[in-house]
Amino acid sequence: MEHSDSILKTAGLRKTFKVGFWGRSVTALEGLDLDVRQGEVFGFLGPNGAGKTTTIKMLMGLIYPTSGQAWLFGRPIGDQESKARLGFLPESPYFYDYLTGLEFLQFYGHLFGLRGVALGKRIDELLELVGMSHARHLQLRKFSKGMLQRVGIAQALINDPELVVLDEPMSGLDPVGRKEIRDLILRLKESGKTIFFSSHILHDAELLCDRVAIILKGRQVACGRVSELIDEGVAHSVEVVIDGLGPEELARLRQMADRVIVQGSQVLVVLPSRQQVGSVLELIRGARATLVSLTPQKGSLEDLFIREVKNKQPELREAV
Amino acid sequence: MRILSIAVNTFRENLREKLLYNLLFFALLMIGSSILLSRITLGDYHRLILDLGLASINLFGVLIAIFVGIGLVSKEVDRKTIYTIVSKPIPRYEFLLGKYCGLVITLFANTIVMVVGLLIVLQVMDVPITSLVFKSLALIFLELMVITAVAVLFSTFTSATLSAIFTLAVYMIGHLSGDLKEFSKKLDEVSQMVVNAIYYTLPNLERFNLKGHVIHHLDFGMADMALTLAYGLTYAAFLLLLASIVFQRRDFQ
Ligand SMILES: Nc1ncnc2c1ncn2[C@@H]1O[C@H](COP(=O)(O)OP(=O)(O)O)[C@@H](O)[C@H]1O
Repeated sequence: MEHSDSILKTAGLRKTFKVGFWGRSVTALEGLDLDVRQGEVFGFLGPNGAGKTTTIKMLMGLIYPTSGQAWLFGRPIGDQESKARLGFLPESPYFYDYLTGLEFLQFYGHLFGLRGVALGKRIDELLELVGMSHARHLQLRKFSKGMLQRVGIAQALINDPELVVLDEPMSGLDPVGRKEIRDLILRLKESGKTIFFSSHILHDAELLCDRVAIILKGRQVACGRVSELIDEGVAHSVEVVIDGLGPEELARLRQMADRVIVQGSQVLVVLPSRQQVGSVLELIRGARATLVSLTPQKGSLEDLFIREVKNKQPELREAV
Repeated sequence: MRILSIAVNTFRENLREKLLYNLLFFALLMIGSSILLSRITLGDYHRLILDLGLASINLFGVLIAIFVGIGLVSKEVDRKTIYTIVSKPIPRYEFLLGKYCGLVITLFANTIVMVVGLLIVLQVMDVPITSLVFKSLALIFLELMVITAVAVLFSTFTSATLSAIFTLAVYMIGHLSGDLKEFSKKLDEVSQMVVNAIYYTLPNLERFNLKGHVIHHLDFGMADMALTLAYGLTYAAFLLLLASIVFQRRDFQ
């Protein structure tokens, strides 16, 4: 399975856990097919419990797939050589909290065989990159959540990896912290790295990702470019404001629109898609009313997501 | 090199364990108390001091090995610190060996402290310090290495509490295994097989016990020493191999 530009690939990846005394099987992930390409930012999205962490743990060699396969850099997962080209930040990471920022990065550097001046220089660069130079001699147990996340990213970058895998890098951070992580991810992309991150916050993904995959209860429900997914999946709604409509036209409008809000002589109408715009304009002309404004609304991943959930079987609905 | 990094880090982590200092304190207290005991004992106080001193080092060494050793791996898994390590290009067995070596370094440092305590007591009480004392101490340390390997093996697949119980059980049965063989002769055939199976799989820890030799001035030659050393190291290596296999197959959940 050699793919020149395929950095991360899975085929039918599946994981079941045995739980409880009787070893009841729980399927956390059901047949995942991903293909992450060189240089892209790939968002792996889904609500809590969807199976994101389970997937990432399999890719990182922490747990073994029940069936299916996965490759990193064209090699089967677990291969030591591909791990050398990889950086990983776990979900709410835990580290040896008695180490200082510097000692912490030294430890991980040593695991890659980095030493001496070269390692010192690398650590300086990384602390600078994640804005943590001031915490070089501070013990990790005195770090805030955001600081841990940043030093965790520095740890993931110690070997100058080609692929960076981040599990929920923005969760638990305040808006400023989230923005900092987003900027950092974009900077990594600029320097040519491939980034794969999971998130349950769709807004983050929309701003960052070239492509995304969405999973629900262990099942993949969508995958593709963010813009395409939004265009295809979500009809663009349109907001129209009209002045001077009679009660008869208003009743007809109500049948076409998602929502009609009357305010004095003006009406705000939300149309489910662009298709209804023509008939609304005709209606306005016929009633000799005035068109005040017409605003197309851009869809979001959030809309797509909610629609996907609605489309799926009722059992999936409880996932959200 | 990577094993060494993990070992050094483990050692540093162990040094932060308060339990370690408590155990060390009690060990020194017991070794020192032999001075008082010898004052109120008639007759051969040399024997008492040596017996108590060596036994204390053995017991407290084992307690340190068990109570620091069982958390070695399970704590890394529970606290998820292992996630970032296993995702690096380090085979799992190297991680395990690093943890083991780190604990052995910890035990070595602790044993040195206890030995210094014992030597001071022996010096103060005018007890002759023979080469047998050192041979006995070396074998006590070897036993600790075996017990640590047992603790690491258990901690790769059970909780810290269960590992502690199992390891203590192995320690106690390991010292009784000579008696076990005698005892089995009185049993019916099936029970005999079971008891024999235990006898041959568990380590015979009495082999590492030279207290009798030290007290009765019995010689323990270099050949015996080499044989015992080979036995202990082979046994520990076998346990670590087993632990590596278990650890390799494990899901970190
Ligand atoms: N070790 C485990 N044992 C049993 N079930 C698990 C285990 N880990 C995860 N799961 C289940 O698998 C599903 C997916 O979990 P997870 O991958 O953590 O989701 P996410 O990261 O998307 O929030 C959840 O329903 C969870 O309960």
